[in-house]
Amino acid sequence: MRWMWIDQIVEHEPGVRMVAVKNVSLAEEHLHDHFPADDTHDALPIMPASLIIEGMAQTAGIMVGAVNDFQEKVILAKIQRARVDADVVPGQTLRYEAVMDRIDTNGASTTGTILRLDHAAKDGQWQQIGQVDLMFSHIDRNMAGIAFPKENFVFSENFKPLMKQVGEKVVKR
Amino acid sequence: MSRDEIFKSVQKVLEEALGADEDEITLDASLTADLEAESIDFLDIVFRLEKAFSTPEKPFKISQGELFPENLMENPAWVSDGKLTDEGMVMLRERMPHVDFSDFENDREVTKVAATITVGSLVDFIERKLATA
Repeated sequence: MRWMWIDQIVEHEPGVRMVAVKNVSLAEEHLHDHFPADDTHDALPIMPASLIIEGMAQTAGIMVGAVNDFQEKVILAKIQRARVDADVVPGQTLRYEAVMDRIDTNGASTTGTILRLDHAAKDGQWQQIGQVDLMFSHIDRNMAGIAFPKENFVFSENFKPLMKQVGEKVVKR
Repeated sequence: MSRDEIFKSVQKVLEEALGADEDEITLDASLTADLEAESIDFLDIVFRLEKAFSTPEKPFKISQGELFPENLMENPAWVSDGKLTDEGMVMLRERMPHVDFSDFENDREVTKVAATITVGSLVDFIERKLATA
């Protein structure tokens, strides 16, 4: 399960919306380097914003892939906009709400909201802390006509447990 | 919608899609050569143009390959030795009346097709499409 930056898909409206959560834990190696203690301050374990973007990309990418039953190779092609306004630290939970903006045979664009739940806070409310809008390409349909390997290296073994949830978490509105 | 209004909207779309400055986005600026658009940006531009020119009553939908040429290499009748054939040129002019191919005609290198597409090409495309809709 390497390089999975979401823990669970919690809601899925096929082709419309997907919601996933990630628990940030002090056991995660990278938090010890981001940032280690030095002469001026104690250790500052903060979830890197780049990996928050990756979490949204995985959420939105799975939503895009599910539209064509994971037959397309869905690649993150462009970060249209990303802002994270607050730090996320161990013991907190991230919630990624991805919404399909547009999808066609060549790719898709998505908008996404990042929320944070601080389990220690008395009110226990999700708080919106950022926005990540992305573009995905179905790379077998690239304009340059470049050929890629046949097997779907995007939705590989790594994604299997999450892909299973895609069908299980369908909500109807 | 006037041509100037279309240009203003296209300018806004390109500012957002390419992070280009307003004063760089002139009618004769090439999307790839001057504004540094890459292939994925073309998809982004199509999506954003659809959004910018759609109204609740009239959706503005751009079909695949309508605005930018696709899969030219796959047809040997259109491209030979990396250059557009006569038949390929006829096809391009027919499918893309919004692009001025007069300079490209002498060179015909397929890799340079994208560079012929200017901001003005987009404005022409939108203007034609709105007029015939």
